[in-house]
Amino acid sequence: MSDNDIKVKINGRQVLCGRDETILDAAKKAGVRIPTLCYDERLEPYGGCRLCIVEVKDVHKPQPACTTRVKDGMEVYTDTDEVRRMRKSVLSLLLSNHPNDCMTCEATGDCALQSLSYEYGVTGKRFAGESWDLPIRDDNPFIIFDPNKCILCGRCVRICNDVVMAGTIEMTGRGFNSLPDTAFGKPRTLDNCEFCGQCVSTCPTGALIDKKGRGKGRSYEMTKVKTTCPYCGTGCNFFLNVRDDKVVKVTSDYDAPVNKGNLCIKGRYGYSFIHSSARLTSPIIKKDGKYVEATWDEAIDLIAKRFGELMEEHGPDSVGAFSSARCTNEENFLLSKFVRTVFKNNNVDCCARV
Amino acid sequence: MAAKKKTTTKSKAVVQTKAKLKPKSKAKAKPKASAKSVGPAKDLTIKICAGTGGLAVGSQEVINEFAKELKARGIKADIANKCVKKTGCRGLCSKDLIVEIRQNGNTEVYQLITPDKVRRIVEEHIINGEPVFEWLAGEDYHNFNDRQTKVLLKQFGHIDPEDINAYINVSGYEGLRKALLQTTFEVTEEVKASGLRGRGGAGFPTGLKWEFCSMSTEPSKYIICNADEGDPGAFMDCAIIEGNAHSVIEGMIIGGYSIGSSEGYVYIRAEYPLAIKRLEIAIKQAREKGFLGKNILNSGFDFDIKIKQGAGAFVCGEASALMRSIEGKRGMPRAKLWRSAVKGLWGKPTVLNNVETFANIPLIILNGAEWYRSFGTEKSPGTKVFSLTGKVKNTGLIEVPMGMMLREMIIDIGGGRTGKNKLKAVQTGGPSGGCIPADQFDLPVDFDSLASVGSMMGSGSMVVVDDTTCMVDLAKFFISFTQHESCGKCVPCRIGTKRMLEILTRITEGKGVSGDIELLEELGNDIKMTSLCGLGQSAPNPVLSTIRFFRDEYESHIEHGRCPAGACKSLRQYIVNLETCKKCGKCARVCPSAAITWQPKTKAKIAKTKCVKCGACFDACPFNAIM
Repeated sequence: MSDNDIKVKINGRQVLCGRDETILDAAKKAGVRIPTLCYDERLEPYGGCRLCIVEVKDVHKPQPACTTRVKDGMEVYTDTDEVRRMRKSVLSLLLSNHPNDCMTCEATGDCALQSLSYEYGVTGKRFAGESWDLPIRDDNPFIIFDPNKCILCGRCVRICNDVVMAGTIEMTGRGFNSLPDTAFGKPRTLDNCEFCGQCVSTCPTGALIDKKGRGKGRSYEMTKVKTTCPYCGTGCNFFLNVRDDKVVKVTSDYDAPVNKGNLCIKGRYGYSFIHSSARLTSPIIKKDGKYVEATWDEAIDLIAKRFGELMEEHGPDSVGAFSSARCTNEENFLLSKFVRTVFKNNNVDCCARV
Repeated sequence: MAAKKKTTTKSKAVVQTKAKLKPKSKAKAKPKASAKSVGPAKDLTIKICAGTGGLAVGSQEVINEFAKELKARGIKADIANKCVKKTGCRGLCSKDLIVEIRQNGNTEVYQLITPDKVRRIVEEHIINGEPVFEWLAGEDYHNFNDRQTKVLLKQFGHIDPEDINAYINVSGYEGLRKALLQTTFEVTEEVKASGLRGRGGAGFPTGLKWEFCSMSTEPSKYIICNADEGDPGAFMDCAIIEGNAHSVIEGMIIGGYSIGSSEGYVYIRAEYPLAIKRLEIAIKQAREKGFLGKNILNSGFDFDIKIKQGAGAFVCGEASALMRSIEGKRGMPRAKLWRSAVKGLWGKPTVLNNVETFANIPLIILNGAEWYRSFGTEKSPGTKVFSLTGKVKNTGLIEVPMGMMLREMIIDIGGGRTGKNKLKAVQTGGPSGGCIPADQFDLPVDFDSLASVGSMMGSGSMVVVDDTTCMVDLAKFFISFTQHESCGKCVPCRIGTKRMLEILTRITEGKGVSGDIELLEELGNDIKMTSLCGLGQSAPNPVLSTIRFFRDEYESHIEHGRCPAGACKSLRQYIVNLETCKKCGKCARVCPSAAITWQPKTKAKIAKTKCVKCGACFDACPFNAIM
């Protein structure tokens, strides 16, 4: 299959695409944004939210951009009046069964539904009717699920089943009463859930939120510090969300080369140690059988002195260094460099080697 | 050359069929034929409908009763020869139980038979040769049957559906034999040439579907029979499997041969226990006879069929949802990124056809495409089985050539209205179709004509309604069905149909507001345009078509708070006609909410505030004084 030999026009601008690409892929290439709610690059296209509908020349019906493959000579219009009108209709339907309580919602400022409603000027008033008033699921230490805010985009279900393969949640019920839920609506426990928070990371609304970060600040109030997870040697990246010099939340970095936004329970929720009062923040030296706080200079001087003595007495091969998987690659590299240039031996290893 | 040969033999076959049919129908039509004496129990066959409909009115009891009575009179030999036969559905369900007695070359058909009538039939008809005239099938039966063209249903009511030999005796599995002598390409071409269009509702040309799939070089492919018939008022597929499951199996084997598949599935709803049982029996028998399994009829072709029972979701009749369901996943339609012929079940090329489509295949292969095209219209060839229900005299299963006028089906075959009420419309295509008003009954029934009036063929259900049915209420019924059966995946179907249902509910409760009709139209069109699968895309059809043809009924509900059909309970008001009231007080005695004040020798009066509109007074009044 030859690549990029399909010519597609997006709003008049021609792009070259591969045979397996969709209109949404083509639009990205053309620099055109098409609104989506159920689309996540990590997942197979779903075609559920119907917001990415576009007009295709000579096709009588609007086509979903995420699940329509490109054809040679295709002409696509992504923002016609008719398409905008239908998107409004779909958004109105979504908001007709939504609490519309953005002022207190955790996701405000980071909610695709909110942004699109704003962009399309849609309120929840067009259709009156039944609106869910279901109990909020707050039955575990990490994830809060407010079904009333769920738009059934299926992203949580798909990431749980297709990426994490944990099978914690699945769509349940039918028609208006469909809902992503655990089997028999049981609480999430370690028996049925990994607590990786992948579902939270992909949720486009405030239906799934991180319990630990709740109420600690809006997304736009955070300073996002990109870092590498200190737990294992995989090297996942993520953003530490910092507000008032405190890490209050971890969010995904979808451009991370290793993990593409995916994280496990440790990376996403294991950050409480940062501000723990039990955490060691300065070196401690054992003096006369007791641990005593010291300065870094004191500690480093002591280490240098003792290593020097050992090497002089027993030869350079008598010392070595063992590094931690919780260090970054760079730190591990520095340690091995140090051992080879200062100790002048190869006695270096790391627990992540296995 | 081969094709020419085929067609000549076929046309003969047709002539033979017709020739066979004619004398039989004559014999049925005139009771005088039986006036001559018939010798006792010689060459006797009693055929009793044992489809779901037949069984429901007690066919098993009637079969037992016949066996008992015959045995008591020493007609043992014939019982051993299966002279009392159970058959598939005979069509005219409203006159069930239908019993056909063939004796010494004479055939009589009885209708509305119950176990207590059996003894007299045995004594008078079978022993004395004098049919019981008052129980014989009458004019309705003949009107119903004589105007049909039975191709698929020809053997229904004649062969025992649980006996493969009965099917083989009527050229069963001959189509398969013939297909296996041809190349797969020739088989596909024959189906293409027949112009057969999918009977599941969409009407996609079957041959083309097979051709797409046969072009794939994937080693494993699948063929699926969709027997998840779910439209309210549809029972064609159920009857076909119950009446002649082998025809479907044979069609699937030929399909498998054509596309190069060795594995087939029948996806059948679990609510059809009898059909499942007969299908299981048929598959077992077909395996024993070597029509299924390895090296079928020494052709080197392997094929087998598995049954997968659906768990009661209407949406699983949609092709991609059905495939997901077979895979063990939640039955939700998949976005059409790929055609099923490229990536279907388990990601492999797959052909999915309806029960009736498969049942047509053996006949097409055996008799040829030209023969098939002799029925129906240019664009919709062949015959179509419909289930005719609702407010017509003769309800049941009918088979007519495509293109027959709706009027002929409803008035002539269906026998027209049941009582004094005028026929108002017919709903075709179930919850996905639309209504066609009575003044447009002069419409040929084929895929394109029905679509032109905003309805659709669907799987073939026809629900006839008269002027006691409120069209708003009818639309509400269908939209509540689709809302309940929506899988919840896409927004327009999940929430849109809910909102439509809410608007319709408030209209039928007299709470509709001006602008509701326009809102329904706007929302309905948006749902049609933006939904993911066929269920959502067609869900608003019943609403849109009733608005189109019966807008005045909607307006009457909204503007005047009146239901013209008198069907919407909330809008009903009961009053006493003071001129005809005879002061008997019966109404007051039956009123459950003490809303009627009455004293002896005074006229009754209904208090609106207390009335719960149950209609008990209306039913109780012997003088029709309650209005």
